[in-house]
Amino acid sequence: MLAQFLQFLYSGMTVGSAYALAALGFTIIYNTSGVINFAQGEFIMLGGMLAALLSAGGMPLPLAIIIAVLITGAVGLVMEKAVIEPARDAQVVTLIIITIGASLTIRGLVQVWLGKGTHALAPFSGDAPINFLGASLLPQSLWVLGVTLLIVGALAWFFGRTLLGKAMLATSNNRLAAQLVGIDTRRVLLLSFGLAALLGAVGGILVAPITYTSYDAGIMLGLKGFVAAVLGGLGGGVGAVVGGLILGIAESMTAGYISSSYKDAVPFVLILLILFFMPRGLFGAKISERV
Amino acid sequence: MKSLHQRYAGLLVLAVILALLPVVLTNPFHIDVAIRIALNAVVVIALNLLMGYTGQISLGHAGFYGMGAYASAALTTHMGWPPIVALIVGAAATGVLAFAVARPILKLKGHTLAMATLGLGIIISIVINNETQWTGGPDGIGVPPFTLLGLTIEGEKAWYGVSAAMLLLMTWFALNLIDSPVGRALQAIHGSEIASRAAGVDTARFKARVFVLSAVVASIAGSVSAHYIGFITPGMAGFFHSIELVTMVVVGGMASVFGSIIGAALLTILPQLLQTFEGWEVVVFGVILMATMIFMPKGLVPSIAQRLRSRKLKEA
Repeated sequence: MLAQFLQFLYSGMTVGSAYALAALGFTIIYNTSGVINFAQGEFIMLGGMLAALLSAGGMPLPLAIIIAVLITGAVGLVMEKAVIEPARDAQVVTLIIITIGASLTIRGLVQVWLGKGTHALAPFSGDAPINFLGASLLPQSLWVLGVTLLIVGALAWFFGRTLLGKAMLATSNNRLAAQLVGIDTRRVLLLSFGLAALLGAVGGILVAPITYTSYDAGIMLGLKGFVAAVLGGLGGGVGAVVGGLILGIAESMTAGYISSSYKDAVPFVLILLILFFMPRGLFGAKISERV
Repeated sequence: MKSLHQRYAGLLVLAVILALLPVVLTNPFHIDVAIRIALNAVVVIALNLLMGYTGQISLGHAGFYGMGAYASAALTTHMGWPPIVALIVGAAATGVLAFAVARPILKLKGHTLAMATLGLGIIISIVINNETQWTGGPDGIGVPPFTLLGLTIEGEKAWYGVSAAMLLLMTWFALNLIDSPVGRALQAIHGSEIASRAAGVDTARFKARVFVLSAVVASIAGSVSAHYIGFITPGMAGFFHSIELVTMVVVGGMASVFGSIIGAALLTILPQLLQTFEGWEVVVFGVILMATMIFMPKGLVPSIAQRLRSRKLKEA
């Protein structure tokens, strides 16, 4: 009984960490630009696909991972430079459509160049399950949880202690004021896309050994990452991570105890209920509207 | 305020074009595309009333479209109901659902509104995918022909007549609505919700009404399309189709009824043309989408109208 519960909890936390990393990407871009980046899921897919194909091509795993992360980060930068910056002053709906266009373009290119097949990445340290408190835990799950924790810590350090991080934080609080104190907000925007792409790629690579990956793997992951981000209030890193974990656990409990065919609906039902009763998400600050 | 003849000039042009098209289009494939354009345009005009005029985004309208389509398919196939009854029941059910969620959803703004409408659409499409005994699940389901009082709508010509009539009716209705006091209240909400509330507009009620209206129209168009195509799959209600509808609104031009028709036409024709690119069609579609939004952020019709107007001013 308890073992079964723990089993669902472990798998929920693992998927939840992937959602959390996706949510962090959404949150970073939203905060610097006000845009919901619908291409975030493609960053996740791209990271997983590139790492899987590079390592299948004979490249050592660590090197394949690093190259996959760097290429995806570069794609994020190119996307911002090529299509977001030229439309900087457009309405938010327009920008959202641009990110959808970018997501179609990335997905389409991957489909043309890398094919429609499903790819697997080897687990980082074997696949012998570890028995922990009576339930079994895959070593890859530990990697997912550990790296997510590490990234959250690194982001806290980056935003709290480095000049660049503080500049990004300042831009998200008030773009005009940030510009006035000499922050290059255009560069901050560029960096936020790069950083979100990096995080997405890391998330995609971490879960690729568990879930497999294909050119269309980013759609659902991206949408659920968006749910996790909104659940966390789209404010800071803690909200995104808690949002992701709640979603992952709720999803795996539903799949385990109620119905696995409706598990994909769980995040969306949950977010609708929460938005109906708490329109700002679980962690959103109550701010009064400027008229 | 536009004078009466200005308001109906566009409608007249549309009517003439719709009447002449069957003379020009002799290839059944082209007529088929024209029918699809007209049916899409009906949904897009209704969605534009919500997005362009009232300023509320919906990333889940394909869900309502799918509800209509699947109500028609399931009620005629499994229950043996007449198509018109199935259509009305589907539209009523969609209306009730839209009405039930309208107030809490439209209280939201910006990204939370996008999230909630997207979530609603995805839940509908997941239900359609899973309730296999009614919907056929991912494999899809066949839809019998549309019969009414012993008459069956058959053949390209008849369907063209039906869809063209629906498009004309929707256009006429939308143009009238926009120029009515209700329409002006809606545009005030788009301008500033707080200001219009201060001016005495019951914003929550107006937003909810337009939301329900656009959902019901989507459901009816879904039903009619289902009978026309004869076979439907859950993709009709899916997230990507919602995005396509929003894209048609934005590419054609927000707050432009005729823009919606142009947007529906372009984005219905484009995938057909792109089929020759074998595999590259998604890429080309994405690039065209981005390019349109970068170079004409207001959409085609308003941008072109603006350019023509400024040229006229220069000449004057």
